[in-house]
Amino acid sequence: MKRLLREFLKGITIENPTFRLALGLCPTLAISTSIVNGFGMGLAATFVIVGSNMIVSSIRGVIPSKIRIPSFIVIIATFVTIVELVMKAYFPSLSKALGIFVPLIAVNCIVLGRAEAFASKHGVVRSIFDGLGMGVGFTFALVLISTIREAFGNGTLLGLIIVKGFEPALLFILAPGALLVIGILMGFINHVTER
Amino acid sequence: MFRVSPAPHIKSNLSSRKIMYLVMLALLPAGIAGVYIYGLCSLKVIFISMASCVLWELLFLKFRHKDPRIVLDGSALLTGLLLAYNLPPEVPFWIPVVGAWASIILGKQLFGGLGHNIFNPALVGRVFLQISWPVYMTTWKNPRWALDSVSTATPLAKEGARSFSYIDLFLGNHGGCIGEVCILALLIGVLFLIFTNVISFHTPLSFFGTVMVLAWIFGGKGIFQGDPIFHLLAGGLILGAFFMATDYVTSPLTRRGKIIFGIGCGLLTILIRLKGGYPEGVSYAILFMNAMVPMIDRYTKTRKYGLVKKGR
Repeated sequence: MKRLLREFLKGITIENPTFRLALGLCPTLAISTSIVNGFGMGLAATFVIVGSNMIVSSIRGVIPSKIRIPSFIVIIATFVTIVELVMKAYFPSLSKALGIFVPLIAVNCIVLGRAEAFASKHGVVRSIFDGLGMGVGFTFALVLISTIREAFGNGTLLGLIIVKGFEPALLFILAPGALLVIGILMGFINHVTER
Repeated sequence: MFRVSPAPHIKSNLSSRKIMYLVMLALLPAGIAGVYIYGLCSLKVIFISMASCVLWELLFLKFRHKDPRIVLDGSALLTGLLLAYNLPPEVPFWIPVVGAWASIILGKQLFGGLGHNIFNPALVGRVFLQISWPVYMTTWKNPRWALDSVSTATPLAKEGARSFSYIDLFLGNHGGCIGEVCILALLIGVLFLIFTNVISFHTPLSFFGTVMVLAWIFGGKGIFQGDPIFHLLAGGLILGAFFMATDYVTSPLTRRGKIIFGIGCGLLTILIRLKGGYPEGVSYAILFMNAMVPMIDRYTKTRKYGLVKKGR
């Protein structure tokens, strides 16, 4: 039980995909403009990571190692399609806001990285917990980044205006703002952990 | 003769602190001209910008437990001055404060302070403001003797309201940023800097040359019908080329590197001015070339004394 908890927690802390491994930055840059988008993206990615980790680890003995990457991709793409269709059916506005980045979860390096580095070498339960931890860590990072970007770049939190008369800095909504926020957060986290 | 260059070094009595104050002194005429042309509001912007740069630096030094006396090296003051020269005269008071934050914290201290910054801090501040609040950053004020003193377009704006004579452009009789507008005053400062050997003329001259040639070729309706003098005098080219592209920290070390740097700046400036979405491109051009400096330095290394160049 303790080992499972460690697998879960490492994705949030010491192996956080965004801040420590610097994986999956491209959806992070693109969709972290509002908290809703960030949270939605995080949940979608979590579902895909957990699902693909589960399937990959359960059939890891059957897949020939030469064609393992294509098989991983097929498994991942299946889960991405599920997410995409569910999102289109039940959360059409979120689906519209995330746009191309939902199908692009299929090539997110966190998902493939976990399948290759963890799920293909470990048991099903541990892989599920690993995927859950990575997903939660990714969601946490996305929500943190998008909170900062939405607050400074749009003057709102979850769409509600924080301070009247505050003139938002457009930079934070645009791409350079994403790079700045990620860079500063990463530097700050390194500064705190290395002390 | 003082030059920042690769080894061997000759000791000189110029310190970085002295250079900062010399450059500030050289910028003084342009500031006086800016205040004279646009009125006291520009003095307010200059003052707020310099004061907040010093305050941000002090705050950061305290936060990092460093010696607060570092602020006395004058670099924060100079950054504040240059930042203010890059702002329109009638911006709200918080614009220079936020710009100073971007300059000092993002542009300089997060990289490790003076001497470690990749980008020119004042330009980081300006571009931060330009992207964040484009409306304030492009609302220009006419000179105070003009009849319609509300707002105007710079001469470089593509749908320019009227054309300006070279004399107007040279003396600064048009809307623009505080410090870039009066070329005459800037040139007085430049002469002083070249006379005291603080800046070398390689970067500015190659910068101007590239801008003028390209403006002449591509700036007009047909080919070779552009107006090179207009592109030289309008906008922030003189201020940027002499005072910001020559920054010791963020420009190449060797003479050859400086010329490459200047040509690159000129190329990008003209590209942005003629084809880009912004009317002015000097600041983006210099920042972009700042990022190239390590590479330029690497390929323009001087040979060590006694080494023979290998045949290829």
